[in-house]
Formats: sequence, C-alpha cells, structure tokens
Amino acid sequence: MRKIWWKILCIVIIFYVIVMGFMGPVPHLPILNETIRNTYFHVALWLAMTTLLFAAMIFSVKYLRAGRINDDDIASELTKSAIFFGILGCVTGSAWANFTWGDPWPNDPKLNSAAVCLLIYFAYLLLRSSFEDDQRRARISAVYNIFAFAVFIPIIYILPRLTDSLHPGSGGNATFGSFDFDSNIRRVFYPAIIGYILLGMWLAELRIRIKVIKRFREEEFIESGLK
Amino acid sequence: MKRVSLILLCLMVMSGNLFAQAAADPNYVPMADKMREDGKIWVVVAVVALVFAGIAINMLRIDFKLKKIEKELNIK
Repeated sequence: MRKIWWKILCIVIIFYVIVMGFMGPVPHLPILNETIRNTYFHVALWLAMTTLLFAAMIFSVKYLRAGRINDDDIASELTKSAIFFGILGCVTGSAWANFTWGDPWPNDPKLNSAAVCLLIYFAYLLLRSSFEDDQRRARISAVYNIFAFAVFIPIIYILPRLTDSLHPGSGGNATFGSFDFDSNIRRVFYPAIIGYILLGMWLAELRIRIKVIKRFREEEFIESGLK
Repeated sequence: MKRVSLILLCLMVMSGNLFAQAAADPNYVPMADKMREDGKIWVVVAVVALVFAGIAINMLRIDFKLKKIEKELNIK
C-alpha cells in the first residue's frame, strides 16, 4: 500500500468533488434549497466511515486468525480514521440541521444512534489505551471491534428506519429511492464516497507506518541492550 | 388576444426568467442562481480547492519523509 497512485487518485477525486459539488446541477428541492450539496460532503462521510469500520473489522478477524500484530495495527488505525470521519459527520450534520431543521441537535433517532455509535468506538480507544502488553491489547480490542461493528450496523442503519426520522430514507422505507436521488447527484456522490474512503485509508496508512517505525526502533533498542 | 397570450407563454417558458417563474410556478424553489451567474461562486470554489491543495501537499510531504526514514531503517 505504499504506492503513490491511489493517493494521487484520492486528491484528484476530491478536487472533482469540490468543483462539481459547488458547481454541478442539483435538483431544486424546497427547504433544502442549495444545501442539498451537503449530500456530497456530509452523507458521503458517513458511508466512508462505515466502509472503513467494515475494513477494520475484517482486519480484526484476520488478527484473531493469524495473530500477526500488523493486522491489529491496520485495524486500529482504520478505526481511528473512521472515528475522525464520524466526529466530522456529527459536526457537519449539526451545522446542516441548524439551517434545515431549525435545531443543531433535534432528537432524531438517527442522530442519537450516531452519537451512541461514536461512544461505542470511543470506548474502543479507551480499551486500547488500558493495556501495556501489545498482544493482549490486540486480542481483546480485536474481539471488541468485531462486536462493536456488529452493533454499529443495526443501531445506525436499521433502528432509525423502524421509527420516524427526519433523515430521508428512514421511517419504514428502506431504500435510497425515497431520497430523490437523481443522476446528477449520483455523479458526484459516489466519487465523493470513494474519495473519502481513500483519504481515510491514507491517514490510517501514515499512522500505521509511524507505528511500524516506532516498533522497529524499540526492537533495535532492546537488541542493542542485550549485546 | 389568444395569440398574444400564447406568444407570451412561449416567451416565458423559453426565457425561464426568475420573476415569471416565481409568479407562475407554485413549486418554485429559490436557489442561489444569482451568485452562479455572477461567477462569484468560483471564488469560493478556488478558496476551498486551495485549502485542500495545501492539506494534500502537506500529507504528501509527510509521506515522503516517512519513506526516507523507512529507507534509513531498511523497513521493507
């Protein structure tokens, strides 16, 4: 993953999203008006976060199967960039809600469940920081990570659909069709998700490499002490 | 009279100008079309794009610095 091409791709996609996000044609919707453009920047963040968390869960499973510490590094750093996106998603959602729903935090089931999910993942960070031993930390937090993702999906995608939510697509209708998702939005929205996923991977990758370097230095230090 | 109103209707549909739309169409939704016509929106796009360009360059620099350290330490 140390190749440069996907990072350049990430930059190009995000530039495309910035330009087309502001300038592209959008459907004219009441109340939303121009803020429909937030779909590219706010909604895409959440989908990127979900994808990153899913990838993190897979690496947690991989760690439990093989016990290689590198897999745990990848899982934890992917989770961290996903949490970063989650916090950004909450903040940008508040800004948007303030203008369209008249309240920065209306008691909407989707908002509250998003907050619960973030708390679950904050607990993951706390859990990680409470172990001294690498392998022990990796094992327990990998198990926690799998459970956290298993809770995350129902809480954020299924429960809000069972009740009425301000978010479109919730409240009985489980498809994106009710989203008034026209092809102009799709043309920017899907690249936006890919761009954010790549950006999250890039952030995670930088941190993983720092971790690897740190571990290498520690091992070197221990070896030099033994000689 | 009928013909005149027909021509007027055609003109309104073709030009699609704001005032006529707002008066005639109850489903009219106000958008920031004026800002787009002015071209001022490009200033915003330019600023946001520049900010992101700065962030991207910064991340690439961190990337290259890490690569250098990795080379020194012979990590893969």
